[in-house]
Amino acid sequence: MTDPAEGGADLEPSSPDDTTAEPAGPTAWGVPVTEAFGQMVLHPPVDRWFETVAACRDDGYVMAIDLTAVDYSAHPGRTDLPEGVRPERFEVVASLLSHATGGRVRLRTQVPESDPEVASLFDLYPGTEAMEREAWDLLGVSFSGHPDHTRILMPEDWEGHPLRRDVSMGRIPVQFRDAPPAR
Amino acid sequence: MSDVAEQATSPMGPGRTDLGPSERVYRRDDTSAVLRLSEAEAAVLAGSPDDPPTGDIADQRMILNMGPSHPSTHGVLRLMLEMEGEAILRSKPVIGYLHTGMEKTAEDLTYLQGPTNVTRMDYAAPLFSELAFSMAVEQLLGVEVPPRATWIRMLMCELNRVSSHLLFQATNGMDLGAVSMMIYGWREREEVLRFFEEVTGLRMNHNYIRPGGVAADLHDGWQADVRRLLELIPPRLDEYDKLLTGQPIFRGRLQGVGVITPAEALALSATGPILRSTGYAWDLRRDQPYLAYDEVEFDVIVGTHGDSFDRYAIRQNEIRESLRIVEQILDLMPAGDYRVQDKKVTPPPRARIDESMEALIHHFKIFTEGFHVPQGETYAAVESPRGELGCYLVSDGGPKPYRMHIRGPSFVNLQTLPHLMEGGLIADGVAVISSVDPIMGEVDR
Repeated sequence: MTDPAEGGADLEPSSPDDTTAEPAGPTAWGVPVTEAFGQMVLHPPVDRWFETVAACRDDGYVMAIDLTAVDYSAHPGRTDLPEGVRPERFEVVASLLSHATGGRVRLRTQVPESDPEVASLFDLYPGTEAMEREAWDLLGVSFSGHPDHTRILMPEDWEGHPLRRDVSMGRIPVQFRDAPPAR
Repeated sequence: MSDVAEQATSPMGPGRTDLGPSERVYRRDDTSAVLRLSEAEAAVLAGSPDDPPTGDIADQRMILNMGPSHPSTHGVLRLMLEMEGEAILRSKPVIGYLHTGMEKTAEDLTYLQGPTNVTRMDYAAPLFSELAFSMAVEQLLGVEVPPRATWIRMLMCELNRVSSHLLFQATNGMDLGAVSMMIYGWREREEVLRFFEEVTGLRMNHNYIRPGGVAADLHDGWQADVRRLLELIPPRLDEYDKLLTGQPIFRGRLQGVGVITPAEALALSATGPILRSTGYAWDLRRDQPYLAYDEVEFDVIVGTHGDSFDRYAIRQNEIRESLRIVEQILDLMPAGDYRVQDKKVTPPPRARIDESMEALIHHFKIFTEGFHVPQGETYAAVESPRGELGCYLVSDGGPKPYRMHIRGPSFVNLQTLPHLMEGGLIADGVAVISSVDPIMGEVDR
């Protein structure tokens, strides 16, 4: 897996309110990078989500293979985040694929519960349209700039986001015919 | 109530000014092929069936609802079509009618129960979902699957690709009016499913590929059964060629219908036969080999024009390539364990439980609590008959996945539908849906 921006040499001078201006560990495309089972994982801050994905696309990652979100509110504590990345309740995960190198890169951004909004990748990869709608529908992470920000799997008038961890698993009470009434 | 002047200038003609955001439909100011309307808006625009448009307005653009219960929508796909006469302008697939929250269910099932859940997603190619899930779990666990299990998985998956593409041939023929093809495709698929039943116990929803290996070894005499399939299916494929491939009516229905360019397919994240039909050779089996695909020889089939006929021909020839792989597997199948001998992951054989206290404990722990998987997150991808099938798995260290997400190729490929159908006729729309080959169980999950 080639890494054209190893070492963070092309790190942009970031805005003063950017709290993660100087990542401690290794970086790629100016954001912290880790490795999980041989797969490269980038951790861009949420306000640099779009530009990091755009930089990856410019470097040959032609396809957005997958985009989803995770609700980490019930997680006992993550250990796979690099130094300087503060865990938040939601995480948006995108997988990009480069056909030239056959390399994959996964981007994970932390999205706070108070403002669950991420820039839509629709302008970069139109194929993320349905995936972002799904992430909004099931986890309630909204995507600014999305052309059709509606539910996709749940009914349009549904309230809530079922894949959030505070939504309990549905149960249908089992009723046996001719069973004696519950005592 | 609107006034008379507004009624006269209404694009829908007098008397139909209560249609809300009708300008959004009638003014095609954006060049997109996707009809980005909510269902409620579309319902208003479509009007009530008791009040069909008549006279001049009947010739104008209209919103037509197709599905979810329609014989050629492959299950419960619903399409909102913006029509002008017989021509489709913009469209939007409306999905979710089969949504059963399988990703939520997965959070309540142990890793050993997981395949029973994911196998019900793509019910025409269930082994691929099991494989992607199992590969993700094995990555997190850090276990290496024994060679025989790897090769059994390959054998089963390639035969599953054959049965899935045969199902496509059957339904594609049915959608185009070649009803004999439907019977033939189903007949041959049943032969493959019979082999699956012999091996896994079930025709579909096998729960055969599990984390750590496969559920059971191949039965005695499996080679003869596979050889029988290898002798049976190729002549039948030649029959299909005679029946369909060279037939002028069939070609007329498919050639030049639903054309997509490589750039469009890449932008829309389309994979599998849709991407390959544009001439773009991308197949995970060759380009990112998993299992032991780098040890067998096969060709990646690509098309030229990106139309429905290419997608038909690609699947037809992929059956031949899969059979070629199966033939090599017959010779290369190694002996040995069919699942990893890790006591914490693999349930002990039944006979051991009577003899060994530890075996009983392990058995009890695996089937009640389940085995614990170290913290982490990973993504594993396989080439299913419909494209890249990926499993994104997050573990919190417990016996159940913290989050399991399946990247369903049907779900993503469905986005190409509006682009394939734009400007075509509604009858071609049926051919296009068929050539995308969506499985709604995987789309809705």
